[in-house]
Amino acid sequence: MADGVKPRVKAPKKAAAGDVVTLKTLISHKMESGQRKGSDGNLIPRSIINRFTCEFNGKSVIDVTLEAAISTNPYFEFEATVPEAGDFKFTWYDDDGSVYDETKSVAIG
Amino acid sequence: MNFKTMSLISAVALALPTLGMADADDDTLVINEEIEMTTKAAAPAHLDGALGDKVMSGWHFRSDETQAMEMDDFDNPGMLGVEDGEVIWNTVEGSEGKSCASCHGESSEMAGVKATYPKWNDGAEEVRTLQMQVNDCRVNQMGAEAYGYDKGGALPLEALLSSVSRGMPVNVAIDGPAQSTWEQGKDIYYTRFGQLNLSCANCHEDNYGNMIRADHLSQGQVNGFPTYRLKNTKLNGSHSRFKGCIRDTRAATFNPGSPEFVALELYVTSRGNGLSVEGPSVRN
Ligand code: HEC
Ligand code: HEC
Repeated sequence: MADGVKPRVKAPKKAAAGDVVTLKTLISHKMESGQRKGSDGNLIPRSIINRFTCEFNGKSVIDVTLEAAISTNPYFEFEATVPEAGDFKFTWYDDDGSVYDETKSVAIG
Repeated sequence: MNFKTMSLISAVALALPTLGMADADDDTLVINEEIEMTTKAAAPAHLDGALGDKVMSGWHFRSDETQAMEMDDFDNPGMLGVEDGEVIWNTVEGSEGKSCASCHGESSEMAGVKATYPKWNDGAEEVRTLQMQVNDCRVNQMGAEAYGYDKGGALPLEALLSSVSRGMPVNVAIDGPAQSTWEQGKDIYYTRFGQLNLSCANCHEDNYGNMIRADHLSQGQVNGFPTYRLKNTKLNGSHSRFKGCIRDTRAATFNPGSPEFVALELYVTSRGNGLSVEGPSVRN
């Protein structure tokens, strides 16, 4: 696991059925591109988050492929319709095989 | 390297005298829809009109997108540093088996402290920056090692201490025992450095509002430090910023933590007395 990786999500706790809500996510990650050289002249190996997904009650909301040019601490902001009460599940996939996730429940009301 | 300095010369030669004012904007800064920030304030009397009647936070000179990042803690990557600072605050270190929290309680107890630094310390008979005070606690209270200036835990802790003071007016004392240090800082501010022969005032006083290449010159205030810069995607201390600005005039520069930069920090901070403590801010 890369150092200092921590996922964060901002989502509303409540929505009316059918509402479009804004979701914000950020994962602290160095996103080492694999293109840079260290002080010893050798390439620093690539280490990035390569995929990010969001599901609502098991259904895909977004599924993103990340490339090496994306900067430190990738941030995503997007909208989703909330048809019913349930859980948003956010998942980040690291080059080194680590998987980080976070769940946010939304109530209807 | 050469490209950068060469283009700076041409920028200074061409851009400053010719371009018109692209003034600071009139947006208002409210953080988390809750903390109302004073980003324009009546100029302190000691400036004697040098910045007109108003001092302004560097926030006004940034693009709308950069400004927006500071309006919600979730969008402000500098808050990651604050979280790191909070962890350090509660971590026991050193031979005395203490954390910052052991003596000071919650970090929020420190609200208001950042607004008064750099500050004269009677016992040590010196002007101390916040980082110097923190190091004093680490060495003499905790039996832990001092941080290097703008290094290690120093900036996360400074960001934490700043975040709990956000919205409070910067109010550093410049008289009494601090006065001679303040005068020294003022001298440095008006000294021309480097092959470009420019003082801080030549850029941040005579030309704020103008474009220097693609950058919108601000008044060079430090109320927003530490700043998260999009350029290097990390927290930056004010001394490191001073160093970069002097280096851009093609001069050898002072080091972060040097007596010269401590004096300069006191002086520059006093130019923003009345602005809100804004750190960790977001800049490009
Ligand atoms: C053993 C107790 C102790 C510990 C541990 C300690 N401090 Fe202090 N701290 C003090 C005392 C006593 C003072 C007042 C010193 C003075 O005025 O010269 C002080 C002063 C300060 C001040 C200045 C407050 C002001 O109003 O000017 C700051 C900031 C501060 N400490 C931060 C920290 C941080 C950050 C840590 C952890 C890295 C820490 N301290 C750990 C005892 C402690
Ligand atoms: C050649 C012009 C130039 C000189 C000389 C210069 N700076 Fe700067 N400075 C800049 C530019 C460009 C920026 C980035 C845009 C801005 O905020 O003004 C900057 C930014 C800053 C900032 C960050 C402001 C913020 O809101 O984050 C501070 C503080 C600062 N300078 C202080 C100084 C000090 C102190 C000196 C003298 C030691 C100095 N500068 C000399 C060009 C200069």
